Amino acid sequence: MKLSGLLLFAFLAVLVPALLAIGADFVAPYDPVSQDIIARLRGPMATHWLGTDQLGRDVLSRILYGSRASLLVAAGSVGSALLLGGGLGLLAAYYRGWFERIVMRLMDILFAFPVMLLAIGVVAVLGPGSVTAAIAIAVVYTPIFARLLRGPALVICDADYVAGARAAGATDARILLIHVLPNLLGVILVQTSLLLSSAILVEASLSFLGLGTQPPNPSLGLMLAEGRNVLLLSPWGALFAGVAILVLAFGLNLLGDALRDRLDPRLREL
Amino acid sequence: MIRIVLARLVDLGFVLIGISALVFCMIRFIPGDAVAIMLGANTEVTPDRVAALRTHLGLDQPLLVQYGRWAWAALHGDLGTSLWTGRPVVAEIALHIWPTVQLTVMALGLGAGLSVPAGCMMARLRGGTADTLLRLGSVAGLTIPSFWLGIVMILALATLAPSLQLLGYVPFFDDPLGNIARLLLPAICLALPILANLSRLVRSALLESLGQDYIRTARAKGLGEARVLYRHALANAMIPFVTSLGIMTGYLLGGAIVVEQVFAIPGLGRLILGAISERNYPLLQAVILLVTAGFVVVNFAVDLLYRVIDPRLRG
Repeated sequence: MKLSGLLLFAFLAVLVPALLAIGADFVAPYDPVSQDIIARLRGPMATHWLGTDQLGRDVLSRILYGSRASLLVAAGSVGSALLLGGGLGLLAAYYRGWFERIVMRLMDILFAFPVMLLAIGVVAVLGPGSVTAAIAIAVVYTPIFARLLRGPALVICDADYVAGARAAGATDARILLIHVLPNLLGVILVQTSLLLSSAILVEASLSFLGLGTQPPNPSLGLMLAEGRNVLLLSPWGALFAGVAILVLAFGLNLLGDALRDRLDPRLREL
Repeated sequence: MIRIVLARLVDLGFVLIGISALVFCMIRFIPGDAVAIMLGANTEVTPDRVAALRTHLGLDQPLLVQYGRWAWAALHGDLGTSLWTGRPVVAEIALHIWPTVQLTVMALGLGAGLSVPAGCMMARLRGGTADTLLRLGSVAGLTIPSFWLGIVMILALATLAPSLQLLGYVPFFDDPLGNIARLLLPAICLALPILANLSRLVRSALLESLGQDYIRTARAKGLGEARVLYRHALANAMIPFVTSLGIMTGYLLGGAIVVEQVFAIPGLGRLILGAISERNYPLLQAVILLVTAGFVVVNFAVDLLYRVIDPRLRG
């Protein structure tokens, strides 16, 4: 299979920022919370490449650690949503009947809420913080995975090879994991990548509103909110934090987009 | 057709009941004593006050009785009273809903309105470099954080035209021009992802329908290119477009909450955040219920519209 230039570019656009963020402990030049109040609100310079914030903290270091936090929340929330929602969608398609009806109705109800509103509601109940933000995003994305996987899974469960496996005495778990799930990997891969991208944006929005990661922990959304207060004195913190959010979300979205083309040849022409 | 509408109405009713039940349960999901937490936000917590508030909120009743009363009152337009001001929450919401609704409508109009011509233009550009650039552009449009874009706009405005005062909000009927001017930038921030999403959707739907037999027929009978494109190809491309509009409304309502904060617009976003910091759960419940119900009904209407547009789905 030839790797298209776009797919390669998308891979790199995810890999490079992700490695920098994950390796923040080794890459970041400063401690993200250590303050140097004398050197506050500086623009980019040799000792602080992206300048310093209102407490004299190094913007570059905060962005690297903040990106790591964003990626952690995104991965945790989308991973949980995939396990829970994807699992429910798969089971619903396999067992059908009342189980399917109840599960999908519940998913319809969750799906009916506007994304941010549901996330804000969950955070309001559980209290602000990065863990609750992750739970909130997981709740929001669970019905998306359930609905997404149920459709193709219904078709696959009707296939002859599934009936064959059942006739050969395979257990339900074996049929689902060995025969059904592998056929859904493409859909899962694409959607996971796209949802990771939006999870980064939702987490940043929640933190921006003060409902996600709490200070003094570094968070991209929080940096935007803090930078907004000193925007006219020194816009650097807010500007660079936004660029970081954009870079993370852009790479993941592009990757999902390029993967979708690759895995669905019907779309490639369009 | 009537049977389908009835079946969809039953679905709608079910979803509305589910939403209201979930929103009703919000207070009950709070870890710890919700009543003490609510009180703690504003006053000293004493056993008397806890008991009084519990009775006031009806929390001493059986759960189903509570839900029944709450839902019945909600259906009659009574969503309870704000915990701290004692005013009906409906009145609080009425004070804050218009900026948000107007912002949402403006952004939807901008994004959806521009996406059709943009999509048509993009459909004409096909092949190698143009495809890649369009794709990169639309992914960037989708992933630019709208609140960051807002901050950049404010910064640019403060630098380029410091005399312009474009933050905040004035009611439309007090100052129509000032109202539009103040909401224009936030609406553009919100509209950009929609424009990116919908224009690409129009483009691919257009390209797909251009490959169909009826387009060949239209060309074969000698129709001009413009008529082929707009009358035959675009009409079919509108079907996925209309479906997306409903989903976009939900995105917009959520996005508006965040963008309002950037531009200091006193809309539902401010109301919600205020309610959270004061632990004013009755108010929060009411806002979430109302907005979500509105969103569901819009989607229901879109679904019906979709069936009117596409005769194949009428059967």
